[in-house]
Amino acid sequence: MVELALPRNSKITEGKKWPKPQNKNSIREFKVYRWNPEDNQNPSIDTYYIDTEDCGPMVLDALMKIKSDIDTSLTFRRSCREGVCGSCAMNIDGVNRLACTTAIEDVKGAVSIYPLPHQKVIKDLVPDLKNFFEQHKSVEPWLHTKKEDPKEEWLQSKEDREQLDGLYECIMCACCSTSCPSYWWNSDKYLGPAALLQAYRWIIDSRDDERDERLDKLEDPFKLYRCHTIMNCAKACPKGLNPAKAIASIKKMLVERRVSK
Amino acid sequence: MNKPLSPHLSIYKFKLSLLMSIAHRITGGALYFSMIIFMFFLASLALGEQYYAIFSIIIGSWIGKLIMLGITWAIFHHMLGGLRHFIWDTGKGFEVKTVDQLAAITLIGGVLLTIIFWLVFFII
Repeated sequence: MVELALPRNSKITEGKKWPKPQNKNSIREFKVYRWNPEDNQNPSIDTYYIDTEDCGPMVLDALMKIKSDIDTSLTFRRSCREGVCGSCAMNIDGVNRLACTTAIEDVKGAVSIYPLPHQKVIKDLVPDLKNFFEQHKSVEPWLHTKKEDPKEEWLQSKEDREQLDGLYECIMCACCSTSCPSYWWNSDKYLGPAALLQAYRWIIDSRDDERDERLDKLEDPFKLYRCHTIMNCAKACPKGLNPAKAIASIKKMLVERRVSK
Repeated sequence: MNKPLSPHLSIYKFKLSLLMSIAHRITGGALYFSMIIFMFFLASLALGEQYYAIFSIIIGSWIGKLIMLGITWAIFHHMLGGLRHFIWDTGKGFEVKTVDQLAAITLIGGVLLTIIFWLVFFII
């Protein structure tokens, strides 16, 4: 349901301003969303100052610098630090992206950092992505076959394999789904761009034998058709993928299937 | 413990494509309600000359003209927006660059068609 304002327990208050290093010319300001389940208080924005001369180039470097040198209680997810694991997805300067592939110098002014939008917060920059992964599971992202298993592997032609380009690269970071207003208002019923891109990835896989069953499952007013081509997803994707296009392709397949029947 | 909801609309950067989606809905809604004016127009025609004269005076006033101008723009903007969705329905035009170009065409085209329509309307 559309709810423009935040619930009362989610309203953001002003937080702590941490001391600014003295006699440095390369200071950058970071405004970071904080919430601790043990405090029994509303979320707040803490302000940190980092000397970029003494810090790596990426936003993730700054967060790690804060955690190791200034405030050890700051909580966030990270792992690979090179844009392949999708753990450090967060809202930086108003857009969802990976902290590890976003350069500090590409952000103008104070760097504002929030958890992925419209998600339940577990702590600080860590959102609860349970529903997101449940939805991914619901599209059954694995091969469904009816034929007898081959001796070695399921083969496909080079052309068939190329169909999966722009789809298989998804790292499930949730940048796209949590950037989508339709997903904000209907995440209980609408599958969202990430799960739908994955659904399409299996629908068009030449080795899969359950294309019709997969399409049947998506033919629903909410699961698929809540996509209104707002395009926030494609603009947010850190891997340059295009979930909106994949969703349109599913819609097109559903129409074509109906016409040809 | 009650987990808070992370901020969304208040922090997300408004991209042109997002504003276009909102504008498409607003113009669509406005056009729906503009049918009320059209209904009054039809009623005044059916009721006779003096009722039509009253309708003409109201719609001919500056505020009436302003509303009609707004409706004309809403029609053209919504029509071009609809064509944009029609292109998308064929599975094409999804590249981020193309999306922004389509948005610009819709925006500029809507205003341009409105101006042309009113110029022609007043010249003839």
